[in-house]
Amino acid sequence: MKKNLLRSLKITIVFCIFLSVTYIGVLRVFAMIVTPNNGNAQIVELNGKIVGAANVGQNFTQDIYFWGRPSAVDYNGSGSGGSNKGPTNPEYLEEVEARITAFLEKHPYLSRAEVPAEMVTASGSGLDPHISPEAAYVQMKRVAQARGMSLEEISVIVDKQIEKPLLGLFGTPKVNVLKLNVALEEVKK
Amino acid sequence: MNTEILGIIAQIVALVVLSYPLGRYIAKVYKGERTWLDFLSPVESFIYRVCGIDPKETMNWKKFLVSLLTLNLFWFFWGMILLVSQGKLPLNPDGNPGQTPDLAFNTCISFMVNCNLQHYSGESGLTYFTQLFVIMLFQFVTAATGMAAFAGMLKAMAAKTTQEIGNFWVYLVKSVTRVLLPLSLIVGFILILNGTPMGFDGKMTLNTLEGAEQTISQGPTAAIVPIKQLGTNGGGYFGVNSSHPLENPNYLTNMVECWSILIIPMAMIFSLGFYLKRKKLAYCIYGVMLFAFLLGVINNTHFEMNGNPRIDDMGIAQNSGAMEGKETRLGAGGTALWSVVTTVTSNGSVNGMHDSTMPLSGMIEMLNMQINCWFGGVGVGFMNYYIFIIIAVFISGLMVGRTPEFLGKKVEAREMKIAVIIALLHPFVILVGTAIASYLAAHRPELADAWLNNPSFHGLSEMLYEYTSAAANNGSGFEGLADNTYFWNFTTGIVLILSRYLPIIGQIAIVGLLASKRYVPESAGTLKTDTVTFSLMTFAVIFIVAALSFFPALTLGPIAEYLSL
Repeated sequence: MKKNLLRSLKITIVFCIFLSVTYIGVLRVFAMIVTPNNGNAQIVELNGKIVGAANVGQNFTQDIYFWGRPSAVDYNGSGSGGSNKGPTNPEYLEEVEARITAFLEKHPYLSRAEVPAEMVTASGSGLDPHISPEAAYVQMKRVAQARGMSLEEISVIVDKQIEKPLLGLFGTPKVNVLKLNVALEEVKK
Repeated sequence: MNTEILGIIAQIVALVVLSYPLGRYIAKVYKGERTWLDFLSPVESFIYRVCGIDPKETMNWKKFLVSLLTLNLFWFFWGMILLVSQGKLPLNPDGNPGQTPDLAFNTCISFMVNCNLQHYSGESGLTYFTQLFVIMLFQFVTAATGMAAFAGMLKAMAAKTTQEIGNFWVYLVKSVTRVLLPLSLIVGFILILNGTPMGFDGKMTLNTLEGAEQTISQGPTAAIVPIKQLGTNGGGYFGVNSSHPLENPNYLTNMVECWSILIIPMAMIFSLGFYLKRKKLAYCIYGVMLFAFLLGVINNTHFEMNGNPRIDDMGIAQNSGAMEGKETRLGAGGTALWSVVTTVTSNGSVNGMHDSTMPLSGMIEMLNMQINCWFGGVGVGFMNYYIFIIIAVFISGLMVGRTPEFLGKKVEAREMKIAVIIALLHPFVILVGTAIASYLAAHRPELADAWLNNPSFHGLSEMLYEYTSAAANNGSGFEGLADNTYFWNFTTGIVLILSRYLPIIGQIAIVGLLASKRYVPESAGTLKTDTVTFSLMTFAVIFIVAALSFFPALTLGPIAEYLSL
């Protein structure tokens, strides 16, 4: 027993050096060499000013921007979380109904059947940076009106921002909302 | 064809194809044959020398277990001390406080038993120091513990008659240096290249495009995620695990991470075939497991991609599936596959919120953990399946009037008693735990209000899921449950200990007892265990023992919810 305990202590310390120091060190050095931002979250800039992290969603509320998905944590990047609401929870279903009404109010040109479900359901992380291309298309008219641009101009920008599935084969097509909005701002100037 | 379905197929094909060579490699490692990583031998020799381990020493099963359990006991104190005092230790740029004793008890046990149930959120509940020197360390070494036990089992099963099952310490070290570490490095490189953070700078604060302030947690994520997946640990760096866009930035990382969960458990089955030189037996076991796995994948993909019928009733466009609690870049299909992969193994990481999955998807997630041997955790998955093989051997032996034998060893009353106790322990702790919790919730409404995030059938599912996950050492959760309370921290902590160590002790004991028996050569009277018939028999035994004991509880939870849709 005593011999085993001593071995346990020694091997734990050896593993600490081997894993918590060496393994971490190798990956850290690799990150310093290959990443543009010293191993921190990748950032997005507009006119030389940092406006967000590329992979972390933000809360967009103004009419001049495309909006992301509802978030259970209000896009708080120091926490994260989903709603954890079950599919039959009456309180949850009322919340979705209220989101549909609000979305239709802001997009009066849409019929109810055109409202994409992901725009009225909360994401898993509460930080989902993406929406589907459909969810971007339905917002184009509102953004065009708010910005005084034509639908065609907006549509060109949106199409440029659509990211295809991996190798065109696997997964879902998507649009990064922050990058799309930055692209809009860049056109303005 | 739908690109989401294609993505699912590609991931399954990559798993099956690559598990074969990896299995051959793992068998070589444990046999001590030559491999291309032999240049690590001096490092291993150095570790043995420093720790006072004689690699040539072999152990009987009792000595093997004493080493394993002592080491785990030591880790318990190591973890408790560091977690409680983390607030005063270095590498804490965000100034996070130490954990409360009950939370530390739960956290420490849950990582020590390779479960990774998390009653805290990684962003605020840990520091960089404890992330590295407790969480990540445990993710490596506890996975290696399971693998070492499996290696001992292989050695015992391969020998004709033996008292010795190999050296626990050597298996432990080799599992880390030869399997877990090289694979973790590769996965880590891929994650870093795809934008997963790997730094020590603390939270990033910036102003959003609309001018609001946003604070973003980051840190050495890319080092912890690989071993979290490969060691079937599952404890996320961030609170929401791999649905977090920094932990799992795109579909490629999602494929790699999902692959990492299942690849070692799958390879373990092939390694059994190579080690014992009984490939057909391995194919039979692999076949049963793959079949059960695919049934789950089809079920969950179907329900998640079709969306929530209640939302369809609202008359909106639900083309992308049930997106509540899911991420756009991963899609409903990506989360459906992951939800099965993570529950057939004892991984428990998630890339979408299981609490918000459809009722019958939730049922499959629970059923997978309640059965707990479709591939299972690294090492221990096969060991759980082994219990059912022993029971199946006995039952079919009785049915056809042959002596119950497995691999040339007679299965007798003593082994059967242990096997049955272990098989019944699992439903016992889950159902008793859930019964106590639901009794309390029913009689003290203020507790139900405080604990449950969802009413009615789904509320019961949340409690059932928590004990199931703890008993299966899985660690995922219906996270709506407010589980950082004295009651949940302690009860699940106890379930965690019982269901990790009792099965390992029982399984090693059976193997050890069988190994020391006289070898009976195969004859015409031997019940063949590497046939389709016997595979079906095992499947039936598993289904009857494991699934039916849970059927009443599942009826009151997910099935009732499904019928109310």
